[in-house]
Amino acid sequence: MTNFLVIVGILVLMAVGYRVGLGRSRRVRDANAARMHSLPSHYGMLVALWCGIPALAALVVWTVLEPRLERQAALAAFPPELVAAGGADLENAVRRVGNIASGFGVANEAAPYELAAAEAVRQVQTIGTLAMIAVAAALAILGLVFALRRIRPDLRARNEMEVVTRLLLFLCSGVAILTTVGIVLSMLSEAIRFFSIVPPQDFFFGTVWNPRFSSTGTGAQGDFGLIPLLWGTLMIAFIAMLVAVPIGLMTAIYMSEYAGPKMRAFAKPVIEVLAGIPTIVYGFFALTAVGPFLAGIGEAIGFDIRATSAATAGIVMGIMIIPFISSLSDDIITQVPRSMRDGSLGLGATRSETIKRVLLPAALPGIVGAFLLAVSRAIGETMIVVLAAGNSPVLQFNPFEAVSTVTVTIVNQLTGDSDFASPQSLVAFALGLTLFVMTLGLNVVALYIVRKYREQYE
Amino acid sequence: MTATDAAAGPGRPSASPAAGKVVASLRRRHAKERNFRLFGLAAVILGLGFVAILFASILVRGVPAFWQAVVVADVYFDPAVVKIEDPPVREAGESDAAFEQRRLAWETRVTMVNWNRLIEQALLRLVPDGEGKSRDLLALVSSSERYELRDMVVADPGIVGRTVRMELLASANVDVWLKGNIDRSLPDGQQALPAATRAWADQLRADGAIEMVFSRWLFLNVDSRSAPAAAGLAGAFVGSLYMMLIVVLLSVPIGVASAIYLEEFAPKNRLTDLIEVNINNLAAVPSIVFGLLGAAVFINYMKLPLSAPLVGGLVLTLMTLPTIIIATRSTLRAVPPSIKEAALGVGASPVQAVFHHVLPVAVPGILTATIIGVAQALGETAPLLLIGMSAFVANIPATPLDQSTALPVQVYLWQGNELRNFFESRTSAAIIVLLALMILLNFVAIVLRQRFQRRW
Repeated sequence: MTNFLVIVGILVLMAVGYRVGLGRSRRVRDANAARMHSLPSHYGMLVALWCGIPALAALVVWTVLEPRLERQAALAAFPPELVAAGGADLENAVRRVGNIASGFGVANEAAPYELAAAEAVRQVQTIGTLAMIAVAAALAILGLVFALRRIRPDLRARNEMEVVTRLLLFLCSGVAILTTVGIVLSMLSEAIRFFSIVPPQDFFFGTVWNPRFSSTGTGAQGDFGLIPLLWGTLMIAFIAMLVAVPIGLMTAIYMSEYAGPKMRAFAKPVIEVLAGIPTIVYGFFALTAVGPFLAGIGEAIGFDIRATSAATAGIVMGIMIIPFISSLSDDIITQVPRSMRDGSLGLGATRSETIKRVLLPAALPGIVGAFLLAVSRAIGETMIVVLAAGNSPVLQFNPFEAVSTVTVTIVNQLTGDSDFASPQSLVAFALGLTLFVMTLGLNVVALYIVRKYREQYE
Repeated sequence: MTATDAAAGPGRPSASPAAGKVVASLRRRHAKERNFRLFGLAAVILGLGFVAILFASILVRGVPAFWQAVVVADVYFDPAVVKIEDPPVREAGESDAAFEQRRLAWETRVTMVNWNRLIEQALLRLVPDGEGKSRDLLALVSSSERYELRDMVVADPGIVGRTVRMELLASANVDVWLKGNIDRSLPDGQQALPAATRAWADQLRADGAIEMVFSRWLFLNVDSRSAPAAAGLAGAFVGSLYMMLIVVLLSVPIGVASAIYLEEFAPKNRLTDLIEVNINNLAAVPSIVFGLLGAAVFINYMKLPLSAPLVGGLVLTLMTLPTIIIATRSTLRAVPPSIKEAALGVGASPVQAVFHHVLPVAVPGILTATIIGVAQALGETAPLLLIGMSAFVANIPATPLDQSTALPVQVYLWQGNELRNFFESRTSAAIIVLLALMILLNFVAIVLRQRFQRRW
């Protein structure tokens, strides 16, 4: 909250700086009767930047440092044997002190040393916050004054501004890389913690998934076998592709080769509506409409079909993926050069022969790429399977029985009440890492194929 | 085509066996062509059919939930029952804490008043044979109504002693019974309501004392466990609103800046390639992975609060960024180079050319990209479950740091409610609200695109 106010304060100062710089540059211009290098607004913005950036930098440094200082203060007040012992007890004590200091309160009576530590922490917080505000304000004002004094006709304000602008643009595009790094690092570190408790071979090659529950257990108390989950994931993805590929591909072919402009204008956007519907809606649809429908069919033909099963989830996921496949394939088919199509038709082939023997082979790499992207989507899809797959992590081969998937298990393991440091929670990150690597691999291959294919006809 | 058709036509006599073969093969080939075409048409129809079935199944279930049963009754605020003194007034020199304590004590006393007695008396006037069966009688009305009465008295103590005609919200079970969402032939033991209550509900409905009115509770109330009939979407809506604000505030500047850098300024080198590949891959990373990132970094490492819209907004921002970057880049690419070149030609610097001339032309496209990104973020559920937003929250979040749910998460929570008969249609109604918002957003995007799109 304080940080937020400080940021607002800095922004206000920056606005003031802009106005002052603007006025100052105009006065300099009039007084010297000189041609300024840049426009007044450039000087104004330069002043604003000088005013804001150092102060914001100070704020960032403080935000990073503050928790460490607090910890130092707390540790200094702790009995030495507790600090020397370290481990979970120490972390727990630090957390308790943090809660006392914030006025949040803790369970049980607070020990005297905890109260003392909380007092120290609170002092660090108060003094530190005041110091931070003072430093930020000082930096902002110093920057303002410094920048104002620099305003002279020959100051290349625009160029300096533009360097900063480009730098900011570059930093923004770095956020994407930071996100990827964040994903990889966070999952890797938590997964490594998990693998220090459960050996990787038990995870990757185990055929039993039974994590049990534990509140604050240490050590592996259950079976964390990935295979049943992976099998369920692949089975559902396979069923989804079985539904989506024929319908999606034929839709794309019909739309690009047969449909008149009116039909195209109506049907294409309507089918693409399917792509914009939230997955939770599909999940609900699977649970309340498709599942009972399948179970009803099963009852009618005397075959045992569960309402929540791999088939239910797979079929609905297939419906979700149809527009994905159809619009990607449509793009790819229309990219095949006109001359190839005309050549085939001119030789007397029917349209379907042209499509089957000329267009599809030419478009095949692109379609394979689209297929792989769709598979990666199906593997990473969560809400449909959470609601409709039945959540039964057992290795079995009947698509009409309940299964569980990697994504469902991630949700189950992290939404329970178990401790974050227990293997029961950490396994979610190992699963997430597996999922990330699988989808990343599929995407890289697919994008490579699609790009390669594009170049072929460009 | 016509020439071949004529040649293949049965009317024309075949001159030779070879020609006969050709005719036969042509017939076969044309049959295949027709079949292929039909197969394509079937696929399109199937696709359209899925859309129709999906929407129909949700509308059929959800639309009735927008109307709820209410019991129209005259509630007499009996002074013999409502015996409360005036609210405490702050005395001079009284400390905050002391006043707060007195106020709290008063509120407790007000809540302890037997409000149910008032409801019971009002209902007795409608069904006189309910005398002495207060449990069965009170089962008619949602348990949230006593708080409604309390709030009325707190807001206007002068109401005590008067009779007010009120629409008392019927309980969820009565709603289910009247709408026929439960099998009426089930034996008593399997019915949620006692036989007497069911009979009264039917009788009151026939008398016109129970009416179906538009369910304002669905929109104005927060989620409720004790009074399912009064459960609403207000809290989830505000939570979603906060998140979307955060998404727009963060992802638009960062996304547009990245797109401008990559499209206009980035040198062709390996770092740029890396960033590009990265963005394309991030766009295809499963959303649940972003949830894991949020759980590990924002919750576990940065210690941001669980279930807070702030964290949800940050996670969704990271998820939306690639969408916005990719869409903005294609918009920037569509701006004709002549505009930029003209600006450069009259002496603008590259930065000026981009910010003063290229960017303004691209604004409609960027807006469209933003709206589509926001619509996508609005419907996202899985990552929010991992950062604790599936907790039950009974308040409208006042700030983005308070506990909250979101619209799609509310759908998830309601579909899992044990009171299936009631919540199946309530969930569908929530889905309709969610879809309506998304359709509205997309509609705005389409209008913007058509209005401002320029062809060069």
